[in-house]
Amino acid sequence: MQSALRGLVDESVTIIREVAAEFERPVMLFSGGKDSVVMLHLAVRAFAPARVPFPVMHIDTGHNFPEVIEFRDRAVAELDVQLIVSSVQASIDAGRMQDATGPRASRNPLQTVTLLDSITEHKFDAVFGGARRDEERARAKERVYSFRDSFGQWDPKTQRPELWGIYNGRHQPGEHFRIFPLSNWTELDIWRFVEEYDIALPSIYFAHRRRVFRRDGMWMAETPFLSADADEPVTEQTVRFRTVGDATCTAAIESTASTLAQIIAETAAARVTERGATRADDRISEAGMEDRKKQGYF
Amino acid sequence: MERLRFATVGSVDDGKSTLIGRLLFDSKSIFEDQLEHIEAVSKRRGTDYVDLSLLTDGLRAEREQGITIDVAYRYFATPNRNFIIADCPGHIQYTRNMITGASNVDLAIVLVDARTGIVEQTRRHSLLASLLGVPHLVICVNKMDLVDWSPEVFHRIRNEFEEFASRLSLRDVTFLPISALQGDNVVSRSPNLTWFEGPTLLHHLENVYTASDDNRVDARFPVQYVIRPQRAEHHDYRGYAGRVAGGVFRVGDDVMVLPSGLTTTITGIDSPNGPLTQAQPGDAATLLLADDLSIARGDMICRPNNRPRQSQSLEAMLCWMDDAAPLQPDRIYTIKHTTKLARAKVTKVLYRLNISTLHREADVKSLALNEIGRVELHTTAPLFYDDYHANRATGSFILVDEHSGQTCAAGMLLSPRT
Repeated sequence: MQSALRGLVDESVTIIREVAAEFERPVMLFSGGKDSVVMLHLAVRAFAPARVPFPVMHIDTGHNFPEVIEFRDRAVAELDVQLIVSSVQASIDAGRMQDATGPRASRNPLQTVTLLDSITEHKFDAVFGGARRDEERARAKERVYSFRDSFGQWDPKTQRPELWGIYNGRHQPGEHFRIFPLSNWTELDIWRFVEEYDIALPSIYFAHRRRVFRRDGMWMAETPFLSADADEPVTEQTVRFRTVGDATCTAAIESTASTLAQIIAETAAARVTERGATRADDRISEAGMEDRKKQGYF
Repeated sequence: MERLRFATVGSVDDGKSTLIGRLLFDSKSIFEDQLEHIEAVSKRRGTDYVDLSLLTDGLRAEREQGITIDVAYRYFATPNRNFIIADCPGHIQYTRNMITGASNVDLAIVLVDARTGIVEQTRRHSLLASLLGVPHLVICVNKMDLVDWSPEVFHRIRNEFEEFASRLSLRDVTFLPISALQGDNVVSRSPNLTWFEGPTLLHHLENVYTASDDNRVDARFPVQYVIRPQRAEHHDYRGYAGRVAGGVFRVGDDVMVLPSGLTTTITGIDSPNGPLTQAQPGDAATLLLADDLSIARGDMICRPNNRPRQSQSLEAMLCWMDDAAPLQPDRIYTIKHTTKLARAKVTKVLYRLNISTLHREADVKSLALNEIGRVELHTTAPLFYDDYHANRATGSFILVDEHSGQTCAAGMLLSPRT
């Protein structure tokens, strides 16, 4: 194995074990997306041959690609971990918030409410997320152990110093930490790991034929949750997904890459960032991610 | 392919952002959408050039104030190496954030403006790099274009720095004349600097030799987590997981466990990458031992003939980082050292270090935000430690305020003065 990848694996595994040792009720977010799949595999390797000593949780907007949900259920069965599904629909039904409406409605921002409610309900004190610092400029600033107050808020101005490999998880009841073991991984590192460690991923990451339409310069998939306007012709194209999230705000890219080697070559040559190419939710404003993170988003 | 972590220290004024932008541009690590974004923001604000600092200054407050407040991490790769940049603030009020970024890097770049030469900020940053034990330092004399590419200016700055640095413990210092604005001697050699025979900055970053930076002599393994599967097929498995903090552990080695002092033999080494015959510094590993000893998180595994220091009375250089309250001698703080938690109090401030002049200021009772001093501590349990300059992993600790939970100090353990 490449020594560069091995250093990242060792760092991530060390972070995951440290949290398991110091926190009472950790949970790992797991959507079936590539970053969370890699993170879960690292957790399995951190504790082998014992089981992963915490559950995984999916914040389910209900607007999913069916291939990803099938994959999610298969993966947790194979890796022998407990899955908690927290549903945005249930939060809406319980009157915790209003569903998103309008022509460009997405439930993506609503996930924050469901996530924070679930953290409170299960008394989770550490929540692993698969975010990487290379994804986005606000994330580039975030600590590995990221403190959240009792409202789930991130305050970028009062981040705790984080030195050497010594992490401080001290908190009061009701407060929690977001933990980012993949902080120092890049998109290319993720794909190289998937190839070298022979990790299975949802099929939609690989090139396939799909009915799509053009919106805001991106290829959106036609799904039961998102349909084209009259002036947006739907055509069948060969595409794949570079990120996987809520079906209403995740775009596909034109690609014929159907093997890992082809995807790695395509990623290495990419001239647009993965979120820039595929995420409608990041296009809201100059500091869209920072603002959502302050509210408690992933 | 290995990975080099390096810090860039300084302010926008020093040309730090321009330098990072140059490295990212020329290694094709800036994506089109990122560039379009900062071009659009620059234009909207009426800046007449593309402001590269917008790439790294990712927080709203930083973009509004035009300064770096907290560390930002950036990633790029060349065919020869992968790089992680910890882009650190230079202002004195953000010293704690700079230390956060520079605490675990292989190399630090300190920028010097060729027109002004060595200034107070240069001395402060170099001192902090020295205290943190950063193995390699690069002094980039920037804006050489504004001094007519003068070799005399470069050599004068170099001599001045060396005179100052003789009082620090810097292991490897490299001086490079550059102009980040036009890229002279950053990625490619410059026709303006034909008199300079050294490498370009990127060439230096790609080739600096780091393999000998780890302590491969003193075997240290702080136990992080005990793995005991509650599964029938692994009923007898008991593994001690952690990250090697120094030296090399091999299957068959005799080892000693502290604090018990009992000895046993390594029968196997598991790792996230499969079984190993040996584990070296930085490796995540699970040690399997011949005897069923009582071993818990916070214990230290070492070699019987090479043990760390063991004491409840310690001396350290302490950097105070809490803006809410200064150090209160005899107040109890939580100390975290390797995987061990204990409680500690500072019993005496021996002196405060003036980080601009290096003067040792005696008759000081406390340390305020961003102040550094040599202190005596007392802990509730013995620490198994090494001198920080022999081992960064077993020589470092943090203090945590038990009321606010804040990380209030970073400490570097030293051999007691005799």
